[in-house]
Amino acid sequence: MTTAIQNVQDYLENFTEFEKRATGRNLPWLRRLRDDAFARFCEVGFPTTHDEDWRFTNVSAIARTPFLLKEKGKIQLSKKDLAGGAIEGAPAQLVFVDGQFVRECSHFANLPRGVTIAGLKDQIANNPDAIEAYLGHYLDTRRDPFSALNTAFAEDGAYVHVPRGIVLDGPIHLLFVSTAADVPSMMHPRNLLVFDTETQGTVIEEYVSLGSGTVLCNSATELIAGESATVSHYMIEREHKEAFNISTLRIQQGRSANVTSHSLLLGGGLVRNNVHPVLAGEGGECLINGLFLGDGRQHLDNYMHVEHASPHCSSRQFYNGILDGHAHGVFHGRIVVHKDAQKTDAKQTNRNLLLSDDAQIDTKPQLEIYADDVKCTHGATIGQIEENALFYLRSRGIDEISARRLLLFAFASECLDRMQPGAARDHSERLIHEHLLSVANHLPGQSSHTQTERSWEEVG
Amino acid sequence: MSLLQIKNLHVTVGGHEILKGIDLKLNPGEVHSIMGPNGSGKSTLAQVLARRQTYEVTQGEVLFNGKDLLAMKPEEAACEGLFMAFQYPVEIPGIGNTYFLRSALNAIRKYRGEDEMDAMDFLPMFREKLKLLEMDEKLLNRSVNEGFSGGEKKRNEILQMAVLQPKLAILDETDSGLDIDALRIVAKGVNGMRSPERAMLVVTHYQRLLNYIVPDYVHVLVDGRIVRSGGAELALELEEKGYSWTETEARQTPVSA
Ligand SMILES: Nc1ncnc2c1ncn2[C@@H]1O[C@H](COP(=O)(O)OP(=O)(O)OP(=O)(O)O)[C@@H](O)[C@H]1O
Ligand SMILES: [Mg+2]
Repeated sequence: MTTAIQNVQDYLENFTEFEKRATGRNLPWLRRLRDDAFARFCEVGFPTTHDEDWRFTNVSAIARTPFLLKEKGKIQLSKKDLAGGAIEGAPAQLVFVDGQFVRECSHFANLPRGVTIAGLKDQIANNPDAIEAYLGHYLDTRRDPFSALNTAFAEDGAYVHVPRGIVLDGPIHLLFVSTAADVPSMMHPRNLLVFDTETQGTVIEEYVSLGSGTVLCNSATELIAGESATVSHYMIEREHKEAFNISTLRIQQGRSANVTSHSLLLGGGLVRNNVHPVLAGEGGECLINGLFLGDGRQHLDNYMHVEHASPHCSSRQFYNGILDGHAHGVFHGRIVVHKDAQKTDAKQTNRNLLLSDDAQIDTKPQLEIYADDVKCTHGATIGQIEENALFYLRSRGIDEISARRLLLFAFASECLDRMQPGAARDHSERLIHEHLLSVANHLPGQSSHTQTERSWEEVG
Repeated sequence: MSLLQIKNLHVTVGGHEILKGIDLKLNPGEVHSIMGPNGSGKSTLAQVLARRQTYEVTQGEVLFNGKDLLAMKPEEAACEGLFMAFQYPVEIPGIGNTYFLRSALNAIRKYRGEDEMDAMDFLPMFREKLKLLEMDEKLLNRSVNEGFSGGEKKRNEILQMAVLQPKLAILDETDSGLDIDALRIVAKGVNGMRSPERAMLVVTHYQRLLNYIVPDYVHVLVDGRIVRSGGAELALELEEKGYSWTETEARQTPVSA
């Protein structure tokens, strides 16, 4: 199934070093969690394309690279460096540089009483009891080696706890900045977001880079949405094109909880976006909405794994992809309906626009249904920009590049329309706009600008 | 100088010759009508003039304002002052009507070296045109033609024409699918735009529209050729005798060398 890790020695050294100094090394439960996860990772290694979950994504470039764990303290970033990264209307922003929480660049004073926001590392040091019942309880480290690897190195990231009944007004913005690296470096941000009964809130995870260099960002988030909680989560990837970004969002939904996950993949070289909700309580609703815009040699893989574990739950997946150049997109939509999850209503739609002959999309539904009274539908389309619409716009005086861009933006707005109006949506809209301005600036057949990028396909 | 001059235009689609040598001249201020049966090539002519690239021009020349129209892209033709109202307007989900039309107007203004219009200046003008065409303001906030009825789509075409103020307007069966009230409104909009500087080419299947928009000239297009030209009275004659009358004539017309 999987390959032996070519650099097992490197990982072992990294891990041994890490365990010697890691916060929480004296907590038996946390030590066991990390040890077990590392053992599991060593056992299975990195996946290959023979693995069903990884059929369309070759991670041998990651397996082959000797990554070093990024150390804290080398890079000093000022608030000025991060000025462009703020979201208007966000009452809290936590900044992480190379995976480490940077308090000086963060602010979170304007939150309702009772809400806890902290760096996970600080939380482990100061109040580990509060997280013991959650951390590592949901993420699937058995099936997914990257989740195992993240858990082995789990230390810093964001911890958010919203106690019963509290409604957060604006989004909590988690900004992960990776800085320049002269040697390949890795980080494993770990987030724990706990929304208790009848709470409401929005969390944005955003990944950006300052400077270049080979970097692996392997993040994992456990989001617990209690009874009747309403939670929106945004994953925004816009790192540079040498970045490997693997992210996993594991959502645990209680009774009548309503969770939406929005993914916006704009950057990164090799990106894998795992979204794994488990509808564990009756009457839960889950909306998974995504947009991936690839060009050059980007590889953007979206792996959905929606688990219906209780009756009367509904899930909706909508992913739109726009691929140009030699970009390769993947949408893998797995829906598992457990035996007792009667009256499940699950729907999945993946729509793609291919802008060049060399762009590629692999879309694959995978339904595993063990209950008998369920409604499951899926559909996928792959198309080009509509010639009729393009001509219509041009016939009114709009030049071809602008007309194409308008149509791309219209296609992308289907995803925006599924976001609640507010700061998070405005931010997403602005990013999509800027991205299309910088990318959709050429006609088919012409190349946009010369970029030095690695070819993930070729190195496989 | 004539505004539009078409000389011996031959057009092929998918290997079939659709237009087989069209000659036509429009002067500023004139309204010409092209009538013809289904499939005779009316839309082909309109679309070629609007510079749709899927049609292949195999012979001939078209001058628009003295410039080579066939060398222009669709957006260039539009910026030079050509407007075609589509027989089948396209629905474009996700692009707002107002935003679209303001972008179009500004693209044209920019081409002519004029200042762009901001939303503050644009909206009052736009509202006024909406009123002229008796269109619901709600349509402003919708996507281009999305969910519009057939009649609303046609009115939206004329609305766009009223905003963009072209030198040459080509209306491709703007009348079909309209009830009599809508037809009157559309005709009022079109007539309001008749002016000594502007020419119009009104493509229609039926004579009905020409009761409201009275043309200076009528041309009958059959099987890719103009088989007859005349004044407004030709439309009435056609209505009476039907196209079969001209079709017989078409067969008798010798193919010009
Ligand atoms: N894209 C195309 N591919 C192949 N044939 C086409 C295409 N477009 C038009 N035609 C053919 O060209 C001929 C002329 O079509 P056109 O649409 O110009 O006719 P028309 O006079 O506008 O007819 P109508 O009154 O139905 O609108 C028809 O026989 C039509 O089938
Ligand atoms: Mg037609």
